[in-house]
Amino acid sequence: MRTPDLISFALRSLSGARTRTLLMLLAMSIGVASVVLLTALGEGARRYVVGEFAQLGTHLLIMLPGRSETTGGAPPLLGATPRDLTLDDAMALLRERSILRVAPLTVGNAPVSHGSREREVTVIGATADFFPIRHLTIGSGKGLPALDPGRGANVVVIGSGLRRELFGGQRALGQWVRIDDRRFRVIGILGEGGESLGQNLDDMAVIPVASAQVVFDTPSLFRVLIQARGEDDIERAKKAAREIIRERHDGEDDVTIISQDALLSTFDKILGALTYTVGGIAAISLVVAGILIMNVMLVAVSQRVAEIGLLKALGAPERQVLRLFLVESVMLAAAGAALGVLIAAAGILALREVFPTFPIAAPLWATPAAVGVAIVTGLVFGVLPARRAARLDPVRALSGR
Amino acid sequence: MIELTGIERDFAVGDETVHALSQVSLSLPDGDYVSVMGPSGSGKSTLLNVLGLLDRPNAGSYRLDGVETTDLPEERRAALRRNHIGFVFQAFHLVPRLSAADNIGLPMVLAGVAPDARKARVHEVLESLDLLDRAHHRPDQLSGGQRQRVAIGRAIVMQPGVLLADEPTGNLDQHAGGEVVGLLERLNDAGITLIVVTHDPVIGRRARRRIRMVDGQIESDKSGDAHT
Repeated sequence: MRTPDLISFALRSLSGARTRTLLMLLAMSIGVASVVLLTALGEGARRYVVGEFAQLGTHLLIMLPGRSETTGGAPPLLGATPRDLTLDDAMALLRERSILRVAPLTVGNAPVSHGSREREVTVIGATADFFPIRHLTIGSGKGLPALDPGRGANVVVIGSGLRRELFGGQRALGQWVRIDDRRFRVIGILGEGGESLGQNLDDMAVIPVASAQVVFDTPSLFRVLIQARGEDDIERAKKAAREIIRERHDGEDDVTIISQDALLSTFDKILGALTYTVGGIAAISLVVAGILIMNVMLVAVSQRVAEIGLLKALGAPERQVLRLFLVESVMLAAAGAALGVLIAAAGILALREVFPTFPIAAPLWATPAAVGVAIVTGLVFGVLPARRAARLDPVRALSGR
Repeated sequence: MIELTGIERDFAVGDETVHALSQVSLSLPDGDYVSVMGPSGSGKSTLLNVLGLLDRPNAGSYRLDGVETTDLPEERRAALRRNHIGFVFQAFHLVPRLSAADNIGLPMVLAGVAPDARKARVHEVLESLDLLDRAHHRPDQLSGGQRQRVAIGRAIVMQPGVLLADEPTGNLDQHAGGEVVGLLERLNDAGITLIVVTHDPVIGRRARRRIRMVDGQIESDKSGDAHT
């Protein structure tokens, strides 16, 4: 039998039993669509988290004062308050070759006002390098000047949200704002940055770190962001940074350094595994659809006993009858899978409309895998009914006994 | 040429063994016209199934055109059925979703004949059966007589040497039945070996050779030109 004839024969018997065919298509398409959609959600979550981390900066190390690990020695007799992390500590890190940039940070909340408008926002004390490290873009004006970090300056870079709230439609660049009783001139406005790990970048003000230390009246740094030169330098930079601080702190190992890439790859792995798991769970629905195909094909075989007897009388050997029924179930599975892929694509588009910031997208492997599993399911669960058909005794089949 | 020698066919019914055919020997030259008659359960349908290679005898020899068929693998028997034997059934057994033309073409589809050759041959058959205007009708749009003519068309489309008809007029009224018998006899006149199993003595008497079966055995085998 020629392949086109085989396919058209199967097509006609499928379209001959319309309700049955539609129900099976529905079952299979739901299975495929759920695999693709659920893995797309998992992949979306992974991309979201990875994107958020990448936004923080690349090859990034974050140094915090104090140790988060315990060493298990005797309890310190003279109290364990960690030493402050100072500007000089931060700047000393630049001695290390594997460290490209350093941004010492002081963070606090302070009222920012212009005229009669006042807002309580997060004020970040930083240096010029803070912007490239955190991948922040300047919408208009310029970033902080590259001063000696120890010197303050009465300039501020504000987020676009803050600009709207303080200045409305008016020009903000060059204007003066008051931060906790000190005057700062607006020299730059951040680009629309959206959110980063839940922190709204639109509502913040960045001033030179030395000025911030005066505003918040603290010599200590909140954090030091360290950017390594490259992927391979991260470990070296981490070790060297720890060494430099230990030297400066009289041999005390009293800072914690978090590697952002390590954190990122952990999240990446966890969410990747989650995606596979969810996909696997959804694949169970494909197997259920396969069992449905088997059931319905068994009914089809018993309804078409006379026809099978006839095919045999007309000279179709067992193999051919087997192939006919197998082709039918595989075609059903394939058509159902195609429908499912369409449904999933529509679902993904709809979700994108509803949640525009969530980067939902099916992973590359999901669609071929779902379609493949669907077709294999159709084949596997089609074997039993097809064999039953092929083995029918033509004499009994034709006599209707 | 069909040669049956000492054919036995037993069925197990519960604990008993029923001898549907016992010691049946028969020789049919090409172009013969045979009717097989007998009461229900006399083995005439089993004989037809054995002749059509649908059923395998328990013992004996069946040579079709000189080929011993009883020990052939199923695949070869299917091929012989496809190329040498045509079936006409009492219940027509047309595929309901296929048009008359497609039902007639079905054996050629199964045999893998190319569409062009198929189309030409189906047209020829439709024409000879006077069914050209019914070519695209589905079986449920045809009368009983037309359906059986389509079934006959399907049986002869591969140009077999033997035509096996099992109660071909059983589901038809007298007029349509007469037409169908006439058509079968025309095909026989053109050279095909025609074997008709029937209850109807009127139809049975028309055959040149009349076999009567009782209890799985041939009771009588008469020849004589009653075909008028």
